Amino acid sequence: MKELAPGKLRRALHGLSGSPGTLPSGSDSIESPESLTPLEDCYPAPSALGEVLRLPAVAGIIESLVGSNPVFDHDFIHHIPAGAPRGQHLHVDAVLEPAAQAFDIQLFYFPTAVAKGGGGTRFVPGSHFRRARAEGIARYQHVLGEQHYSGPPGTLLVFHQGLWHAGQPNPSGEDRWMYKLRLNPRVPQQRLWNTADFPGLHNDPRDHSFARPGSHSVAQRLRRMAPWQKGHEGRYEQMQRAALWRYLSGDPAFDVDFYQTRQRVRAGALRPGER
Amino acid sequence: MRQQLLYLWLAESALDTEVVAWAVYDGAKGGGPALPSSDAAGAFPYATGLEVIESGWRLLQAPQAGSPVGTTEPLLGELQFQFIFERWVAIGS
Repeated sequence: MKELAPGKLRRALHGLSGSPGTLPSGSDSIESPESLTPLEDCYPAPSALGEVLRLPAVAGIIESLVGSNPVFDHDFIHHIPAGAPRGQHLHVDAVLEPAAQAFDIQLFYFPTAVAKGGGGTRFVPGSHFRRARAEGIARYQHVLGEQHYSGPPGTLLVFHQGLWHAGQPNPSGEDRWMYKLRLNPRVPQQRLWNTADFPGLHNDPRDHSFARPGSHSVAQRLRRMAPWQKGHEGRYEQMQRAALWRYLSGDPAFDVDFYQTRQRVRAGALRPGER
Repeated sequence: MRQQLLYLWLAESALDTEVVAWAVYDGAKGGGPALPSSDAAGAFPYATGLEVIESGWRLLQAPQAGSPVGTTEPLLGELQFQFIFERWVAIGS
């Protein structure tokens, strides 16, 4: 989100404590709301954090993913001091949760510049469908296609709750600061974003790569795998993506490459007691 | 003698499929021959598990066959195809 007026974001958050590099650390955030507080009641003015979250571009991202007034889960300021030799193991935040398509978002905001190798967050694109315990994925030291964030001051990353990630060692001479905010949706996350291009992209279940695949469709986009998603395992990733898009689009018949549709068709061959 | 361990996660259950993730643990604390490391682009020096045993590592563990899924939609979890290799190295004199 580097195009997100980073200077304005940075100036807004620096109002929290006056100057860069002096953000409070630990759990004693100076203005954390209580959990379950509707976002619109969080950080009333004057508040640097409120100012950031109410920027139209930021509010638009939030509304597109979790609705206009989600509830506050928690926030935290992550500080990796200059010279910190050890990073976190790869992990998922919180706990292994029951399967459901509804998801939280986590905003990762970096008020100061993060140089390459300067403790930026490591993350694995596409990992949010992999249901895992934090401790279980600690062993993956390197994953093909993983990324290590670095970027200019004022950058905002927005993660699905399930994305695998880890703070990294910071051998640089600059402290690394990151403000994290988790939000829970309270409305169905259906077509909350700008859907102007939706009719032209959303496909029906006949979009099938072994028959007639569409060339400009959601299915075509959902077939693109991350570097670590190789071989036939990619088909299971695709099924998970299709299931999420059924939820986001509100179309229970949506499919990519027929994996759900053939089961639905076949169910019609069974008598009621056999289903 | 000290043990060095190499964990690989491959794309499929066959040893000659591509590496998708890896981890290295060095019981010799750097006292043995050089260990494989990622290049600047993040690529691993061995493309497949087969290349690893061709380089002298011994296979210690291969993944067991997974259980068939039930009637519910299959869920994805941790990486499936974990292979563990070892190498014993002499340190000091």
